[in-house]
Amino acid sequence: MGKITLSIDGIKVKANKGQTILKAALAHNIYIPHLCHHADLKPFGGCRLCVVEIEGRKSPIISCGVAVKEGMVVSTESPEIRQARRVATELLVLNHQVDCLECNKSIDCKLQKIISHVGIENGLVERLKRTANNTLAIDDSNPFFYRDPNKCVLCGICVRTCKEINGVDALDLNFRDYWKLSRKYQAGNISLSDIAVKGDAIRIAGFNDKPIAKSTCESCGECLVRCPTGAFISKTSVRTTREVKTTCPYCGTGCGIYLGVRGDRVLSARGDRNSPVNKGRLCVKGRFAYNFVNHPDRLTTPLIRRNGILVEASWDEALDLIATKFRQAQDKYGPQVLGGLSSARVTNEDNYLFQKLMRSLGTNSIDQCARL
Amino acid sequence: MVGLATVLGSGAMTNTIEELAGAGAILVIGSNTTENHPVIGYRVREAVRNGAKLIVAEPRHIPLVNIADVHLRLKPGTDVALCNALVHVIIKEGLEDKEYIRERTQGFEYLQEMVEKYTPEYVAEITGVPAEDIIKAARLFAEAESGAIIYCMGITQHTSGTENVVALTNISLLTGNLGVPNAGMNPLRGQNNVQGACDMGCLPNVFTGYQPVYGDREDDTYWQRLKIEKFALQPELKSNIIPCKEKEINTSEVIADTIEFEQPVYKGMSVSAQVRAKFSKAWGVELSDIPGRTISDMFHDNPSRRNRVLYLMGENLVVSDPNSTHLRECLEDLDFFVVQDIFLTETARYADVVLPAASFAEKEGTFINTERRVQRVRPAIKPRGDSKPDWEIIQLLAQRLGLNWNYSTTEEIWDEVRELTPHYFKGMSYERLEECGLQWPCPSNDHPGTPIIHKGKFARGIGQFSTVEYRPLAAEAADTDYPFILTTGRKIYHYHTRTMTGKTDGLNALLSEELIDINPMDAQALDLNDHDMVRVTSRRGSIKTKIQITNSVTPGLVCMSFHFAKTAVNVLTGNAVCNVSVIPGVKVSAVRLEKA
Repeated sequence: MGKITLSIDGIKVKANKGQTILKAALAHNIYIPHLCHHADLKPFGGCRLCVVEIEGRKSPIISCGVAVKEGMVVSTESPEIRQARRVATELLVLNHQVDCLECNKSIDCKLQKIISHVGIENGLVERLKRTANNTLAIDDSNPFFYRDPNKCVLCGICVRTCKEINGVDALDLNFRDYWKLSRKYQAGNISLSDIAVKGDAIRIAGFNDKPIAKSTCESCGECLVRCPTGAFISKTSVRTTREVKTTCPYCGTGCGIYLGVRGDRVLSARGDRNSPVNKGRLCVKGRFAYNFVNHPDRLTTPLIRRNGILVEASWDEALDLIATKFRQAQDKYGPQVLGGLSSARVTNEDNYLFQKLMRSLGTNSIDQCARL
Repeated sequence: MVGLATVLGSGAMTNTIEELAGAGAILVIGSNTTENHPVIGYRVREAVRNGAKLIVAEPRHIPLVNIADVHLRLKPGTDVALCNALVHVIIKEGLEDKEYIRERTQGFEYLQEMVEKYTPEYVAEITGVPAEDIIKAARLFAEAESGAIIYCMGITQHTSGTENVVALTNISLLTGNLGVPNAGMNPLRGQNNVQGACDMGCLPNVFTGYQPVYGDREDDTYWQRLKIEKFALQPELKSNIIPCKEKEINTSEVIADTIEFEQPVYKGMSVSAQVRAKFSKAWGVELSDIPGRTISDMFHDNPSRRNRVLYLMGENLVVSDPNSTHLRECLEDLDFFVVQDIFLTETARYADVVLPAASFAEKEGTFINTERRVQRVRPAIKPRGDSKPDWEIIQLLAQRLGLNWNYSTTEEIWDEVRELTPHYFKGMSYERLEECGLQWPCPSNDHPGTPIIHKGKFARGIGQFSTVEYRPLAAEAADTDYPFILTTGRKIYHYHTRTMTGKTDGLNALLSEELIDINPMDAQALDLNDHDMVRVTSRRGSIKTKIQITNSVTPGLVCMSFHFAKTAVNVLTGNAVCNVSVIPGVKVSAVRLEKA
């Protein structure tokens, strides 16, 4: 891939041919405010925050939608850009329910970062704000996450994720029927500002505005991890203290994951973006189904059957009993009396030692459930 | 895997998951990819968005059908006929890759002769797929730049499983799609480390890397013993698959052909004898060449063929395996039964001793995924209570049985595997696996791993066309007493027997109980409403379950998952096996339904 040299705020930057200005800047740790852009998704150009000026062009352009060119001179700040960004940010905040102290997304919220970077005029926002009467219902139909439309800023990342990442297409930007509103406006039923703040105007919804659990949603949670605000929020969002890179224990795909751990509990998982297998993507099981690790039903001690009932025993008792029984059976019937069934769930090292043990005891009767 | 190994010399996914997104055409057969391998399903959908043609061959209306260019809705168990018809059309229309066939394959003429009678019209009668759809599918697949075939248990879990795979491979070879990017034969392995368990030699007849323990030559003791009834632990390896060349070959021989041995091959000494000598020396024990029992033999109808003592690690057979009533009887009949698991599963309740194991989040090691990628597993937390990682338990037991084992880390074990299996794993140190793993074969420290196998040359040298005739599945036909065909599947929200997923409330909320899929016409005929309770009876057993009326199944077909122990479908399924790979044919069982 050919390399292109351009200048961003006076810094010489190398970029790949075809790369957008925004991606080139971010790759060199130059922050341009952006919200609807996501590295995994196609350029969208919805939030208008990433505007920049290019030498030789009259008006600012969105940097997520323009490819780099050799010798391009880009500036990311100017009075005009600041003004444009501030208005864009204010329009985003307008219908966003600001309750940051109670919001689980706080600290990780991209909108917070943008507001603190760009700055907003509170008075203006307050005047245009949606009233309490327009509060929309929270969709809690999915067992793993809430969908809170009051936090949604219509960046469309969830819609595009569902379409572009996993192809499920459960969500869309609905109620875009501005013609209905404009008809009402012409009839004198609503005012112009009503159109902007109208609660039943555009919003993210599933087919026929049904709860997400009734849609084609597969609960993979890809939208949840990409949502820049608290519009998608996990029902069990406990912050973890450390992460451990490992491999998903479910199907044969073998997705790379990071387990989120707090104390001695496994609380979450996220896809490893560097894994060539899944590139950060996960399914419902790989993302949410780790409670089995912490479950109280886990076996914690050996059990031995005594008088027909399985009762707790020590390792020494259990292992001695097995060794004795194995020996007795072999003495009586020969080595072929033993059979071993290994597992497609345990590691290679476990499997290797298992067959080594059985064969060392003189039997080749080793199998597993590969056929099921 | 045996099927693929027979014709190609290696039985694993030939290409990578990543490449699927770039395929020109994808044939998905016997795989409900988006539910069973969701993340691979994402790639298939991505491929379709990128313009790939999608052909879905499947009796049910699975989610992928919604975005398919053509849905070949075949009757269960008629896959071989369908494949042969696709081959017939491709050859008739001259769409085969002639150069590829000339340079890399043998036996084309035999195949051409064999498929002559499999006209689309003839096969339409067998499979129920309209002739024009067969023709359309053949054209879409053969005309595409690259064609990938994805298959899973829907192909292998039949009494004709191996034949199905061989018939599919013919299509792939014919269109020049093996050993090239974005194509290949892609069997999707069901469980996280099923590939690893096979690669590690947890099969009776092979050590690590499929090095034969016995049975690699016809003059080998294994074959002689087979002839002597006394030791005939497996049904005779006979089928209607005929590789198209003069000399008959058998699977293990082919696998053995591909292994590059370091030690000189002595004349008159079979490969397996040399392999046994190698392992015997490394392990410091005598090794037996007496054929071992497969899982089907361990639960054979004839008690004298079973073993008396069983050590089971990490499986819940009672729910997952076919003909479970018979299986429970076998477990009760054992002299001694040890189960090692993380939960007291339905199966562990039959044990004499239960050993508590650490879960994946508590141990070190490696898994091998469906695309042959060896990846690291790392401990996140300490084992619960007194539980221990499986390898430690096995070692403790080995020491008690007088074996001198002294592993202190899993890395030592893995290095031993690498040493004894150089042709697969030699170059795969833990250090090199750190980032994102490597795909076998990786025979040296500077080898980059192998994303695409059979590139330029097949593992067994030359690609082998095979003739395989369709045979109706006599073992499990529907009749007046059992008028429905029951097939089994899985659901996205649960995994296998739910020992793990059943512990997550959210998943139970999304899917709390079994619902047997039944066509609206059948439901009407039986006077059933949605979610009614029915009794499902097969020749082996009977269970009660609720129904779900859906067009995803055709009239006469019903489908259940095996996730729920309460409605264990495997009470109904049979343990008749494919006579080459010994996979049970759980995908087809004749049943009757009554309102309960």
